[in-house]
Amino acid sequence: MKHSPRQIIDGFWSLLTGMRITLGQFFKPTVTVQYPHESLKMPTRFRGHIVFVRDPETGKSLCIACKACEKACPSDCIVVDGIKREGEKRKSVTDFKLDFTKCSLCGSCVEVCPTDALEFSRAYNLASVSKEQFHCIDLVKRLEQE
Amino acid sequence: MNLPEPFRLLVFLLGTMAFVGANAAYLVWVERKGAGRFQRRTGPTEVGYAGLLQPIADAIKLMSKQLILPPGVDATLFRLAPLLVLAPAMMCFATIPFSETLVPRNINVGLVMVFSFGSIHVMAIMLGGWASRNKYAIISAARIVSQNVAYEIPMLLVVITLLMVTGTMNLHEIVQQQAGGFWNWNFFRLAANPLMPVTFIIFYICMLAETNRAPFDMAEAESELVAGAFTEYAGMGFGVFFMAEYANVVIGCSLATVLFFGGWQSPIGVLPGLFWFLLKLYLLVFSVIWVRWTFPRTQFYGLLNLSWKILIPLSLFILLLTSAVMKLF
Repeated sequence: MKHSPRQIIDGFWSLLTGMRITLGQFFKPTVTVQYPHESLKMPTRFRGHIVFVRDPETGKSLCIACKACEKACPSDCIVVDGIKREGEKRKSVTDFKLDFTKCSLCGSCVEVCPTDALEFSRAYNLASVSKEQFHCIDLVKRLEQE
Repeated sequence: MNLPEPFRLLVFLLGTMAFVGANAAYLVWVERKGAGRFQRRTGPTEVGYAGLLQPIADAIKLMSKQLILPPGVDATLFRLAPLLVLAPAMMCFATIPFSETLVPRNINVGLVMVFSFGSIHVMAIMLGGWASRNKYAIISAARIVSQNVAYEIPMLLVVITLLMVTGTMNLHEIVQQQAGGFWNWNFFRLAANPLMPVTFIIFYICMLAETNRAPFDMAEAESELVAGAFTEYAGMGFGVFFMAEYANVVIGCSLATVLFFGGWQSPIGVLPGLFWFLLKLYLLVFSVIWVRWTFPRTQFYGLLNLSWKILIPLSLFILLLTSAVMKLF
């Protein structure tokens, strides 16, 4: 391995270039998000588990319990039930249970819904000490609590 | 300092220990903050304002840990090694002039003393590695010895060049010679040695290698040798090795300040000497951190090639050039 003086000078110059670049980074703002104190806003197309869309007029769900989502779901994780109430034209939902442990977030249910009653939530930091918490996410109860 | 002798000694002893301890603790913080900034992160932020209490939390953690003595180790050497690493590093501070009046002991052979004590830590790390009864530690010990032998030579050649220019080994006098504006600093004394900046760069590279700092941290080499010679150490035994590393960095940078950048001499003639000394010292320490977070670790043969094939011939050439220049002009 022979070094000409030219190579040594060039090599040293490249080291200085590297140091100039790191010093440039040193004075740029940091990019860390201090997670527990602040968190990133999820993009609009983020797919969390599905939730009901609230009807702006009635404040209730738009779901008509047609069970199209139940049929469309490839992993059978949706169970829907509904009744026809007196004086109303359409059925309304009484029961909508999602087994989130089986859901693959494919979005078939959102796509197939005739009344656009389902949407993806932005909830990404779901955590629990037991799996059972996600066996049965009750969307009807969730909408009432909000 | 007009204190009577035993008190003066005690004050300097305590002062040196406090200085080494505070530097070791807070240079870790500076290093972590610096590393963060170089990588666009924030570094420690949680403990205290901007993570300023982090070193104290680390120290409490290290001190509360058990000092494990693994089976099969040489107990005496294993316990002795951390002390032998730190004590010589503290000894070196005895001759470093912090300002015109603030120097623990003004010895005529100060420079030789710093270098002789400075090389003890190599032996101590080797002892630690040897006593650990661990293959990684022994590989690391062997590496550190060959690394330090390789880099001691150009380092001393550079210092001999400087000694020919200054004509004294007394650090205090070396600084006094550089009085006046910054053009009197040894770094700019091109009349005596036209390659003075190159001399400084060789000194700086050797200083990085002697203190086992990245990109020359062959002794530690986490990715290949776990933690090298420190693998078997737990708690404060491990912490002391790190204190010694930072103490050595501070000594190396102080020496560079004294030898090349005029020590406490002010470049523009304002503010006290201590301020200028510490400013120059910490700028150099920052550059050491900067180098660490810029370059990846070199390979071992690359490290030895750099010393034997480039630095030693170059420093010999500078030695010859300086003697020729001094004889002729």
